[in-house]
Amino acid sequence: MIDVELKVKRFNPDSDRKPHWQTFTVQAEPTDRVLDALHTVRWAQDGTLGFRRSCAHGVCGSDAMIINGANALACVVLVKDAVGGGGGTITVEPIRGLPVIKDLVVDMEPFFAQYRSVMPYLVNTDDPGCTERLQSPEERARYDDTTKCILCAACTTACPVYWGDSEYVGPAAIVNAHRFVFDSRDQASSERLDLLDQRSGVWKCRTAFSCSEACPRGIKVTQAIQEVKRKTLFDRS
Amino acid sequence: MMQTASPARAGKMEAGRRSRPSFEAWSWLFMRVSGLALIFLALVHFALTHIVTDVADTGSDFVDDRWANPLWRLFDWALLTLALFHGLGGLRWIIDDYVRSPGRRAVIKVSLYAVALSLFALGTITILTY
Repeated sequence: MIDVELKVKRFNPDSDRKPHWQTFTVQAEPTDRVLDALHTVRWAQDGTLGFRRSCAHGVCGSDAMIINGANALACVVLVKDAVGGGGGTITVEPIRGLPVIKDLVVDMEPFFAQYRSVMPYLVNTDDPGCTERLQSPEERARYDDTTKCILCAACTTACPVYWGDSEYVGPAAIVNAHRFVFDSRDQASSERLDLLDQRSGVWKCRTAFSCSEACPRGIKVTQAIQEVKRKTLFDRS
Repeated sequence: MMQTASPARAGKMEAGRRSRPSFEAWSWLFMRVSGLALIFLALVHFALTHIVTDVADTGSDFVDDRWANPLWRLFDWALLTLALFHGLGGLRWIIDDYVRSPGRRAVIKVSLYAVALSLFALGTITILTY
């Protein structure tokens, strides 16, 4: 067990006018996750600490936060990787660009509204009959990378353009449009490209690559955005 | 505020149904292509006016000699046009990114376009009538 200083940016909407830092000292195994350290605080030291987590195994996307300055999932980052072997300080902040509700909890609704705006579902009005809509392995592979998104918002809230302009649809929404635009079974890619072919759509991307760096699933987000740009210009069916 | 983003987008789609790339799309492509062309044009320009010719000799005689050939006039006009509109495109993006009030944005953009068009007209007239 090592002593770890957990420096958390806290905000209580009932009493605070602006956020402040609070440091907790917790004992943790080096192989514990940052989420375990947060649990230790909430369960043993300060039950008012607010943060989200659901599955706690890097799949549900609930616990994206800024750990040591970089967007990550608290359930994926290990304590030893965050502090180095001999103990030290881990800073934890809410993700940027979305309104903070309390402590590490942000209002995800703007993010989900942008996600819904790109028609993130299969559109196909043909009746396939009593069978599946078949697709070759190659056709499936075309959009494989963007099926991995867990909507944790790590990419969108790492984007400097999104920080400055919340009208920008954001990397996550484009990734989820990409997933259907390049799906051979889908029939609405033209509508989706029209939605993204706006100033607040893909053209707001300045290719900063922050999204690709932030994605806990390793999705090549910037590449997906560029592929949508290219299709908008050169391959409009 | 964001809840309105979704219907607004959908509404725009139904009203102006287009399946051609928008102005934003073409302006993005222009930035890429002009950027590539400018690497060549600007480096040649720099080499000719600073390295091949001594800077001290880059006077009106030098321009006389060069602009006797219409291809050099075309070269310089291409450099002027691409550099000017590439820079204009970059500033337009920065204004869109950082100027939040629609009124101020419109004023700044109109002034910027006016300056860019005047410089373009002035440069074009100079190259054509020198």
